[in-house]
Amino acid sequence: MDKRIKVLVAKPGLDGHDRGAKVVARALRDAGFEVVYTGLRQTPEQIAEAAMQEDVDVVAMSLLSGAHPHLFPKVVELVRGKGMKDALIIGGGVIPETDIPALKEAGVSEVFTPGTPTTKVVDYIKANVK
Amino acid sequence: MSNEKIQAELEKYEATVAKAIAKFPERPNLPEKRLYTPLDVKGPEAYVDELSFPGEYPFTRGVQPTMYRGRLWTMRMYAGFSTAKASNERYRYLIANGGTGLSCAFDLPTQIGYDSDDPISEGEVGKVGVAIDSLADMEVLFDQIDLGKVSTSMTINAPASVLLAMYIAVGEEQGVPASELKGTIQNDILKEYAARGTYIFPPKPSMRLITNIFQYCSQNVPKWNTISISGYHIREAGSTASQEIAFTISDGIAYVNAAIKAGMDVDAFAGRLSFFWNAHNNVLEEVAKFRASRRVWAKVMKERFHAQKAKSMMLRVHTQTAGSMLTAQQPNNNIIRVALQTAAAVMGGTQSLHTNSRDEALALPTQESVTIALRTQQIVAYESGLADVIDPLAGSYYVEAMTDRIEKEAWEYINKIDELGGAVEAIEKGYIQKEIQDSAYKWQMDVESGARTIVGVNKFTIEEEPPKGLLKVDASVGVEQCKKLADLKAGKPINKMTKGRDNAAVKAALDELEAACKDENENLMPHILKAVKTYATLGEICNVMRGVFGLYEAHVSL
Amino acid sequence: MENIAEEVLKGNRFALSKAITAIENEYDNATEIMQKLYPHTGHAYVLGVTGPPGAGKSTLTDKLAKEYRKRGKTVGIIAIDPTSPFSGGAILGDRIRMNELTLDPGVFIRSMGTRGSLGGLSHKTADAVKAMDAFGVDVIFVETVGVGQSEVDIVKAADTTMVVLIPGMGDDIQAIKAGILEIGDIFTINKADHDGADKLATELNMMLDLDGETKDWRPPILKAIANQNIGIKEVVDTFHKHHDHIEGNGQLTVRRTERAKNEMLDLLDARIGAYVRHNIVDNGKLDEYVQDIKARKTDPYTVVNSVLQDMLK
Repeated sequence: MDKRIKVLVAKPGLDGHDRGAKVVARALRDAGFEVVYTGLRQTPEQIAEAAMQEDVDVVAMSLLSGAHPHLFPKVVELVRGKGMKDALIIGGGVIPETDIPALKEAGVSEVFTPGTPTTKVVDYIKANVK
Repeated sequence: MSNEKIQAELEKYEATVAKAIAKFPERPNLPEKRLYTPLDVKGPEAYVDELSFPGEYPFTRGVQPTMYRGRLWTMRMYAGFSTAKASNERYRYLIANGGTGLSCAFDLPTQIGYDSDDPISEGEVGKVGVAIDSLADMEVLFDQIDLGKVSTSMTINAPASVLLAMYIAVGEEQGVPASELKGTIQNDILKEYAARGTYIFPPKPSMRLITNIFQYCSQNVPKWNTISISGYHIREAGSTASQEIAFTISDGIAYVNAAIKAGMDVDAFAGRLSFFWNAHNNVLEEVAKFRASRRVWAKVMKERFHAQKAKSMMLRVHTQTAGSMLTAQQPNNNIIRVALQTAAAVMGGTQSLHTNSRDEALALPTQESVTIALRTQQIVAYESGLADVIDPLAGSYYVEAMTDRIEKEAWEYINKIDELGGAVEAIEKGYIQKEIQDSAYKWQMDVESGARTIVGVNKFTIEEEPPKGLLKVDASVGVEQCKKLADLKAGKPINKMTKGRDNAAVKAALDELEAACKDENENLMPHILKAVKTYATLGEICNVMRGVFGLYEAHVSL
Repeated sequence: MENIAEEVLKGNRFALSKAITAIENEYDNATEIMQKLYPHTGHAYVLGVTGPPGAGKSTLTDKLAKEYRKRGKTVGIIAIDPTSPFSGGAILGDRIRMNELTLDPGVFIRSMGTRGSLGGLSHKTADAVKAMDAFGVDVIFVETVGVGQSEVDIVKAADTTMVVLIPGMGDDIQAIKAGILEIGDIFTINKADHDGADKLATELNMMLDLDGETKDWRPPILKAIANQNIGIKEVVDTFHKHHDHIEGNGQLTVRRTERAKNEMLDLLDARIGAYVRHNIVDNGKLDEYVQDIKARKTDPYTVVNSVLQDMLK
């Protein structure tokens, strides 16, 4: 066996702020994960299909534009629709606390807000990947 | 002689300090020296060449002779959200409260040239700014605001030509001729490729659009700042202070080259170039950065481009406090951060300033938060004394030494980018992006290791309740905007229109624009203006251009 | 997922993805999956794309894939990126240049990390190619950074190999020429609008001429500007030409026979390697042997003989 945790770091929507996504991608690489980064402006359909083709363990979305209430649940729905029952789906960005319960309800396992150390994301993934 | 005496005393001092430091090591990420002395700065013989007087080359001490003794900076609060109507209300509130210029934030579909009803716009309409689909929305956005009096800055880049055309059209409707309009469009595509992400077209047609605007405005909208060459977003993406000004000035060099190549005389447009800096947390480094940037740009314009007019050599700058330095934790602390950043921008000699609100790491700012941010500027302006003399930190050993250091580092980057073939090439090779990312990653790792302290984030943390009363943009904005758009496209009047648009005229104008796009020698501005006036939508116009110009493919290197 | 192989053969995309994961991670079911898929392989044409970092291989692959799609072919892409020797992690960044292909049902893209040398990357790649082949794609691209012998080996598994170069690499071309000259069936100079493209073409021509041997296929040197879609059709046409050429003169059969041989040897090597890791390294026996060897109680030759005897039991 030569299993490594594989993560899709995705930027849904039109938001161009990718500092966080890129820093997280690098930190995950440095934690020994294999990281596929989608680049900007990905539709939920593209993200779900890429997640499926890459058979990732984790889909990590970053969004700072406020479109998360619409886009995060849509990605969850489409990823599950591809048959990926076990993939961990997490999100991060400028996300008000009050929005988080609804996102979790929709199937986003965890939401990381500004100021979260990358080690916390790494630890969360290690603890929760099936 | 006296230098030797200082040197001798300094050595004694250092020897004493060395013992103390051995017991109590210094914090990481500090300046190279702990104490600056006359040995670190050039003597009076360099004063006129390197510092000179305000309003005099190389403008280190400021671009205007009187600076804030004459007039304070423009307090320009960036705002816009939801619908044109809601934003219009916020603008009128800001003007009523002493704001002296407008600054429009557009939503992402608008910034990337999509209509609100485009599938890709789903979830984004009205979120980070106001949704503008056509001239009909622009008319509402500036309702009861006299475009002959106000100066308006628009954060718009790839479709800057279209939004500027809409602004000109609204001005005409108000009876204000284009020649009287004052304001700025950001129009800086290179930093979109490198750091901000709202690009549409590849570099070549993008540079053409920009030079078309330079040309058109020099003849028709002479008071308009045709570009705001932006380091702000480069810094937000994680660069250092030196990288911020170096990459931005390299972008500036690329624009000047493009305009000269298009046949323009440097002094015909360079006076309308403006810049946009970030005001970060490190107050003194920021002041040095502002000063160094003016000196570098002046030298570039004089020595490289042989500009003749003083105005062409002046780096005039709008500033925004650093959004990325705001913390979601203990958000009221952000008020203090913004106050310090404001102090930096003012001591650095900015021409205009936007101050961020305390809650922007969490959501769009509420009216109350925006008011505190504006009051921060007013307190600095009227109470702090920082605006009372020009360039108050000049002569500080530390600030002068740091100004020299930042200038030196900036030149090293500018030279490196020249070697790579200029900013466009350096971006296409991913060089600038990589440098920014490396700095961003280092910053993050420093924060995580504790080598850099962020109060409330990695030190002095508390358990806190989630903040209440954040601004939420209603999801119905998108629905409302789409419904209006459907009516507009069906030829029904919307907003303040008295009659519906003539779809045949729209098509004719778009066809004409398409033909113009294909002819590289044609200036696109008159064609875009014509299309805008038929109420052709932003998406319709940008789709025509996408068809001819294609899309930019991002260079991503991690 | 049950019956991964059967699902792959039915055209289930997620099953193909799972099959490649099993291969890549050396899951227990990988061998069984490959046994079931193998009879259905041999139809796809395999194209190797290699060249130095920054040559624009992914962008070029993206455009070539689109051209094949226009010509009615389905496409599989295996994009390989280096694994960090420090962390064992990897940024798999090729996909980003192929985002427009993601939603094309006639395209399947999979990124893989090199994961160091122990894992037997070349046989994993070969198996991933076979999985895509059995799934039914017409053309498979294997894209890899052309530095390091193991990665050159991967590309050798292709029917036709293209080396991508760009102007302005300076002395780099000297450094890599030894490795790449012999594997390239086609050379493409990407970013051909940049200064130095003609000079690079001349240099390449000289090197290929100096190569001495009279070959019946002289690798053509093509020019392309991938991000402007220039020269793409010509590259695909040349792929076809090379295919027809090696099919006509029997080289294709020779190459595939050679490949089958190499793959079997690789597989054997990998299995032996895995056996050694399981039975000698992971359980700590190696350390015991080494202690004994160091103490001169035994010698490496005797130990190896005894290990081999155990293995063959």
